[in-house]
Amino acid sequence: MIEFKQVNKRYESGQDALKNLSFSIDRGEMAFLTGHSGAGKSTLLKLIMLMERPTSGQVIINQQDLKNCSSRKIPALRRDIGVVFQNHQLLFDRTVFENVALPLVIAGYSQRDIGRRVRAALDKVGLLHKEKQIPIALSGGEQQRVGIARAVVNKPTILLADEPTGNLDPELSSEIMQLFEQFNQVGVTILIASHDLSLIARLPHRMLTLRQGQLLNTPGASL
Amino acid sequence: MKKSATKTRDQGASQQKTRSNDRFKSYLDNHKRVARESWLRLLRNPISNLMTWLVIGIALSLPGGLYIALGNLESISEHWDGDARISLFAQQSIAEEDLRKLIKKLQLRSDVASVSYISPTEALNNFQRQSGFGNVLENLTNNPLPAVLVISPQIQRGEAVEALFNELKAMPQIDQAILDLEWVQRLHKIMKLGQRFTITLAFLLSVGVLLVIGNTIRLAIENRRDEIIIVKLVGGTNAFVRRPFLYTGLWYGFGGGVMAWLIIMFALQALSKPVAELAGLYQSQFQLQGLGIADSLLLWFASSLLGLTGAWLAASHHIAKIEPR
Repeated sequence: MIEFKQVNKRYESGQDALKNLSFSIDRGEMAFLTGHSGAGKSTLLKLIMLMERPTSGQVIINQQDLKNCSSRKIPALRRDIGVVFQNHQLLFDRTVFENVALPLVIAGYSQRDIGRRVRAALDKVGLLHKEKQIPIALSGGEQQRVGIARAVVNKPTILLADEPTGNLDPELSSEIMQLFEQFNQVGVTILIASHDLSLIARLPHRMLTLRQGQLLNTPGASL
Repeated sequence: MKKSATKTRDQGASQQKTRSNDRFKSYLDNHKRVARESWLRLLRNPISNLMTWLVIGIALSLPGGLYIALGNLESISEHWDGDARISLFAQQSIAEEDLRKLIKKLQLRSDVASVSYISPTEALNNFQRQSGFGNVLENLTNNPLPAVLVISPQIQRGEAVEALFNELKAMPQIDQAILDLEWVQRLHKIMKLGQRFTITLAFLLSVGVLLVIGNTIRLAIENRRDEIIIVKLVGGTNAFVRRPFLYTGLWYGFGGGVMAWLIIMFALQALSKPVAELAGLYQSQFQLQGLGIADSLLLWFASSLLGLTGAWLAASHHIAKIEPR
């Protein structure tokens, strides 16, 4: 589902963000990506979303080699990948409903389908009653759940999350993780970047640990 | 929970293949929605957008006003065209009989509508009556005035009249010829110059409007940079991101066109009374012509198109540069 083959990424500044990185995540797997800040977690996620391109090596998503993905095709690729951001990336001048609906509007769904799917996604994250509110009126945990609803509303096959519990207290964090596990149970491939080791160590999923752009062999519950 | 989620997933897969007319309908829906939203967005900043509209309106009302002025001049001079006359002054030495023959010959020409003859005696009488030199002229021993033939050309349009004039002027019996049309022709030439001027001005000011709209759209894009990045992150194409800005440009252009229309109409309203009074002094029924329906529609269409083009230029340039990092 997600496969890296000897991927190197060197930024223009000369910094080597990823060095000869190879790994794969199977369809339907849920895995964590950990490491200190600056270890290359964000770069790895950016390569999957084609926000960056590798300096060398192959990134294969859904059997598609991203080398062959021209910038014209990037939007279509991103529609198949749901992303949850640490800073939520919500539109603060739109309602919760409109925020969640955004990927569907972009993909050209009919108004009726949009209404149904957005409400299903909001129901899933427990925010159906707040669909008419503006994100700024919500708590951090609620904003993150809006971000999650938006990430899954288009039924992506892959869900990425970059520090989804970064600013949340332990209880909320564990709720968010449960939510991800529910999506994983229905077949979504999930990769979560997080440095919250105390939280993810309790969960039975594989852990990919990055250090200075390289993968450490860590014992994990590989499927 | 798990079961229902699986079900919606399957539905999702089948809905990926939504029928093409469904797609088209939701595409149109999106256009309608974006058009409305960008209009409402403009109304949220009424003062600054009114300024933009006024700038565009003033820039467009200038060539628009000139166009109307030229149209009015044309309608006046068209009326004068009908009076084209060629006056032929016969040689003093020509015999009365030869003159008769000449008149007959001229009357038979297909390009001559009518010939009227003013004999020297008649001419002198007229001159005595109109000039106020009656007593002085009575003392003249012989009549110094030539016979005059006044020709109405059959075809009243510029070049035909001129050709006839040149031909008649060259005839041996004719001493001098005057084309009454000359000053009308000069007016036509001046108007042609005016048209060129109007076109050049319209072109330059249109470029100005393009730049104004382009710059306004550039600022709007800059203001919504975060939003553009989010939309691109969740799979929005450049076309999708561009769309609201194109509609914004369209509305700027359209609003500017309406402003230009209002400015022209107010100016005409202010001018119509003095013009009618002036025309009255010349015993003319002339009235200022304003923008007709066709001209108004053309003005709005052209200004909307300018807005769209300006927005297109700015949006395609600046939006491609904004990528999530």
